[in-house]
Amino acid sequence: MATKKITMPQLGESITEGTINAWLVKEGDRVNKYDPIADIMTDKVNAEVPTFFSGVIKEIVTNEGETIGVGEVMCYIETEADVDDEESANDIAEQVHMNHQEENTNKDGSMRKRYSPAVLRLAEEHNIDLNQIEGTGRGGRITRKDIEKYLTNETTPISPMEVEDKPSVIANEVDKKSTKSAPQVTLKNGDVEIPLTAIRKKIAENMVRSKHEIPHGWMTIEVDVTELVKFRNEIKDDFKQQEGYNLTYFPFFVKAVAQALREYPRLNSTWAGDKIIQRKAINLSFAVAKENELFVPVIKHADEKSIKGIAKEIHELAIKARSGKLTTQDIEGGTFTINNAGSFGSIHSMGVINYPQAAILQIEAIVKRPVIINDMFAARDMVNLSLSIDHRILDGLISGRFLARVKEILENTNRDNTKIY
Amino acid sequence: MAILTYIQAITKAIQEEMEQDEKVFIFGQDVGKKGGVFRATDGLYEQFGKNRVIDAPLAESAIAGVGIGAAMYGMRPIAEIQFADFILPAVNQIISEAAKIRYRSNNDWQCPITIRAPFGGGVNGALYHSQSVEAIFANQPGLKIVIPSSPYDAKGLLKAAIRDPDPVLFFEHKRAYRLLKEEVPDEDYTIPIGKAEVKREGSDLTVITYGLCVHFAMEVAEKLAVENIDVHILDLRTIYPLDKKAIIDAAKKTGKILLITEDNKEGSVMSEVAAIIAEHCLFDLDAPIQRLAGPDVPAMPYAPTMEKYFMINPDKIEAAIRDLAEF
Repeated sequence: MATKKITMPQLGESITEGTINAWLVKEGDRVNKYDPIADIMTDKVNAEVPTFFSGVIKEIVTNEGETIGVGEVMCYIETEADVDDEESANDIAEQVHMNHQEENTNKDGSMRKRYSPAVLRLAEEHNIDLNQIEGTGRGGRITRKDIEKYLTNETTPISPMEVEDKPSVIANEVDKKSTKSAPQVTLKNGDVEIPLTAIRKKIAENMVRSKHEIPHGWMTIEVDVTELVKFRNEIKDDFKQQEGYNLTYFPFFVKAVAQALREYPRLNSTWAGDKIIQRKAINLSFAVAKENELFVPVIKHADEKSIKGIAKEIHELAIKARSGKLTTQDIEGGTFTINNAGSFGSIHSMGVINYPQAAILQIEAIVKRPVIINDMFAARDMVNLSLSIDHRILDGLISGRFLARVKEILENTNRDNTKIY
Repeated sequence: MAILTYIQAITKAIQEEMEQDEKVFIFGQDVGKKGGVFRATDGLYEQFGKNRVIDAPLAESAIAGVGIGAAMYGMRPIAEIQFADFILPAVNQIISEAAKIRYRSNNDWQCPITIRAPFGGGVNGALYHSQSVEAIFANQPGLKIVIPSSPYDAKGLLKAAIRDPDPVLFFEHKRAYRLLKEEVPDEDYTIPIGKAEVKREGSDLTVITYGLCVHFAMEVAEKLAVENIDVHILDLRTIYPLDKKAIIDAAKKTGKILLITEDNKEGSVMSEVAAIIAEHCLFDLDAPIQRLAGPDVPAMPYAPTMEKYFMINPDKIEAAIRDLAEF
């Protein structure tokens, strides 16, 4: 028999005191090791304090509602057996801390990432994400048998949450490898070493992830936008005067794409491992470049907005991007990307899909070109639209139809059947 | 079918072969009138007489050398070395002559001798009566080394050894002599030399071993089966040359391999088995190849506690299997 004291555990690095919220036991109660005995409250966490000894609660020292410092006595326990004196409040604190984080305290995961040759080979052969497998070996090691078991149970469905999360997890790991493990580059005379900014790193990671995970397919069509150009040129001065900003061609393209996406929602989707998730909202991302940086703000619900509404949003987002004032809300939720590649005069490009979207459309430069119409040459304003697709989700057929629809809308954009407001 | 002990199965094999082929004869220390110190040749002197069951002087080099000469001359001698520990004076005869004569004579000469020797510990025999000497011969092309793990195998393999056209070393675990009993067919059968045998199918880990340890491993495997530890067991039967294909297949089966030998660990036959697996099975391995073997001390101790410490037993095998299963 020995009397042991339970003290206020240290529940976080900066925590110095705790308040007894409620006692879960009373004097005279028998408790087993690790039983919770009290609810405590600190300014960071609320947690249950377990007992580190088995025995009988002898005396409760701190009353409910009382605040005491870390290490001060909460209660005394009469233990049955002599317990090693060295077991300190620190152990309890650790225990509470672990429980609080809902971590599996019993599991030693030291071997979780040690893969045997057999495991690695099977994972590669069957394209298995090892993060999804529960290791039953020592230290949480994934055994060959775990993989074999996993393969036989592979038909078990995975919850949507997992689907959403997992691909990016793999991608992250891949990214880190691919973006960091660059070959050894030696500097020669006059070479300048440019350190990576956080945003450059992020761009690099996203590009690697996209190219690594998404099998890209490409398609380009040519659109006659003579009427659109004419229309826009007619109204641009008035628009500028009225609204205070320029009406560029871009909002017309955004509007046309948003409309076509509603009719071909498959392009407005995302790959989710064992399924495709088709997004209802049409949120169009577009690229804004700023020196060495690239921002991709989002026009939310573009299909519900007028050309003027879109123009205004593009204008505002671009200003925000260039002045570094974009918020997380401005850049999240994109479902499809339109890139104004033509602003630099590009007439053909192959965009890298904005992960995890299904496609990206490059609007190339509008160029006046001789075109044959009714067996006669005509000077027409022509533009190329280059589409990159996630070939896991989309095939040529649906992409072609989508592009044809965009073309149709654009070629019919004119004063008579297009509203700006 | 009669239930025979391991040693009775050996006697039976010799007797049957001597009955079938009059070129077969046996000689060694005390094999005659005494019937062998372990009684392996019990009754043979009475049945076949002193010309075919010959007591040899205490000179192992002569036992091997005379046997080799007789074999080259067309006989089918069985030479018995009373304890494998005493084979060392005969090593020159065995390695320099028996193993090489076919190669050296460009196939003109052959040496179909069988050299039998009891080996192994666990019988309180101390250093001169307990050693495992198989590794000494296990890198000598021209020799075959057979170590049976059961009475059935002992009979079939010994008959195959006697009929083999080349020298065969036939080591018998002396603790197995009376420990192991099973039904052994009366009729004539042989078991091919050079072929290992899967003794038990399993999916969790593979035990590769030979001789008495097979028996222990089987015992442990049955015990652990109820705990869902499913052990695959391969009995090498012939430890030189090794049945590489069987070893590779068994290793690939589970990817976790435990190799067991009573011999001193370093440089044992199991080291070679480990090398074969390492060469061929890298991408099937799920754990480091494990060896359970005798310690690297000069000889089997006499003190019972120390002998127990040296010997492989079911407890040690069980601990090693559990350890590997958990890995």
